[in-house]
Amino acid sequence: MSAIAEVPATATADARKAGDWLLIATAMLLCVWVLLPIYLLLVNALSAPGEVTAFPKRFFPSFDFGSLSFFIEFAGVARALWNSVLVATLTMILSIGFGAPAGYALSRFAFPGKEAFRFLVLMTRAFPLPLLALPLAVMFIRTGLDDTAIGLALVHTTLALPFAVLITFSLFSGIPVELEEAAWTLGCTRLQAFRKVILPLALPGIAASAVFAFTISWNEVFAAAVLTIENRTLTAFLLQSVGESPLYLKFAGGAALVVPALIFIFAVRKYLFAMWGIANR
Amino acid sequence: MAEIAIKGVAKRFGGFTALHQVDLTISDQEFMVLLGASGCGKTTLLRIVAGLETPSQGEVWIGGRRVDHLPPRDRGIAMVFQNYAVFPHLTVFENIAFGLRMKKLPQADVERRVNSTAELMHIEQLLKRYSGQLSGGQRQRVAVARALAMEPDVILMDEPLSNLDALLRLEMRAELKGVLAASKTTTIYVTHDQVEAMSLADRIAVMHQGRIVQAASPVEVYRNPAARFVGSFIGNPPMNFIPATKARNGSWTVAGLTLPGPKSDKQNIDFAIRPEDVGAGSEGLHATVRVIEPLGSHTLVTCDVEGGLFRAILDSNAGVQVGDHLRLAPKPDRIRWFDPETTNSL
Repeated sequence: MSAIAEVPATATADARKAGDWLLIATAMLLCVWVLLPIYLLLVNALSAPGEVTAFPKRFFPSFDFGSLSFFIEFAGVARALWNSVLVATLTMILSIGFGAPAGYALSRFAFPGKEAFRFLVLMTRAFPLPLLALPLAVMFIRTGLDDTAIGLALVHTTLALPFAVLITFSLFSGIPVELEEAAWTLGCTRLQAFRKVILPLALPGIAASAVFAFTISWNEVFAAAVLTIENRTLTAFLLQSVGESPLYLKFAGGAALVVPALIFIFAVRKYLFAMWGIANR
Repeated sequence: MAEIAIKGVAKRFGGFTALHQVDLTISDQEFMVLLGASGCGKTTLLRIVAGLETPSQGEVWIGGRRVDHLPPRDRGIAMVFQNYAVFPHLTVFENIAFGLRMKKLPQADVERRVNSTAELMHIEQLLKRYSGQLSGGQRQRVAVARALAMEPDVILMDEPLSNLDALLRLEMRAELKGVLAASKTTTIYVTHDQVEAMSLADRIAVMHQGRIVQAASPVEVYRNPAARFVGSFIGNPPMNFIPATKARNGSWTVAGLTLPGPKSDKQNIDFAIRPEDVGAGSEGLHATVRVIEPLGSHTLVTCDVEGGLFRAILDSNAGVQVGDHLRLAPKPDRIRWFDPETTNSL
């Protein structure tokens, strides 16, 4: 009896084991796919200029800041860095300024075309920016917005806005409407209830959404390269000038771009999951 | 003084009518319970009084003032929500003080009123805690204290005890009744629990499909249901209904028994009796015993009368067996009659 019962049991156990191994192997492969370039970037950025082209590589970098300090002192880098921060900050303010009220409206009010609006907000991300680049450049030149921080921030805001809307939507939806209603019955106007009850509860999430908008602007290169000439952001500057610079400088520039973005995204990951409804706080 | 008058209030959500032309007057300091199954419109009616919902038509008056165009903050009400709605980012003290601070009361008055209501609700030791550090029962106390601290004319409660476990609910029920009677406010209390309604209410408004079927004292609602729905909704087990046919004018035949009843030109009406208002005897309704449930103090007997279910509460030593043929004698003064078409009491 036991012999008959055991054969299928071990077979399924084997199959499950094989499935587990496949899952682990796939996960590891994906991790390597993502992490290896970042690792190489960091190792090379933290090596002395001479070591970058050397072979074999050391597993741990020599922590020589020669490449990085050369990069920082490179003509125009400081200004490009400042431009990047300026544009990203403006983008952050604009996308939260417009996105948070839209997210609030989506979570609290029923209006015709609500679902279509949510879908359209997302669909703007599917529109190819290169298609818009030329007409946009022409329009910006006519209105005098070309080569300005605010002009570029406007373009970046259109990119960041869908995320700001969706993140704040999920955020406000997570706050029970009864809390607001209780505040109204206790003497608050709509605005007071928002300021005294909803805002304190939503603030961490709004901050996360702001950081994400900042990161989107920080990482964006295409619009920045097309729409700015003098006032280049770091991404556009690197695209233009690092092309012909030595390899170690490229690595240092890459690291300067990637590391802040990585840290920001890591800090707000919880809210990005919430946006897609994967994890509800 | 805060009498509440609801005049011809209706509410439609798109094509769905949640409330049909509801009229209800609640006198000053009265404890009114809105009772009904879920979806009957009781919460909608409460929210219209609170100002959280706008009526499609009709008027709401509180204390002689028409309020249906006013926002909740200007109606002189306080509300207790089903899920308590205690602000999680504020301490218990600040929760109770919230409405007082909105009224811009001096700090000394705020402290005095918060402390006295906290004492009343037995939560004075919790004032420094946050909502996350409280149990469900404690949160409920904070929500009630927050409403009482406002010293409102009217307190509205939306199923405040339904999220508590059974024992706690019993304890809170008795406590609420005492506290609200002492506060001299007019109260509207929404519940689907008939025991809660019976034990708390001065008057019960039984709601069904967006209408108030009967608004009367608990005993009246239980003894003299205005409609068949009230009899079958209130009481556990509910009222029994048996079709009756006309014997002669003013006299009706019910399951082999001829009883004096209302004069009517109809041929068929419904006879109704509560399970506890029958006794086994030599004369009575012809019944066949189907199920016997001994409940200690009494025995619940489910019988077959005229092909329909009939429940009777009999003495625990009546000694009945499944299959027995009984004669169940109804108490004459407890017999009620209903019109089968309008379902109203005759």
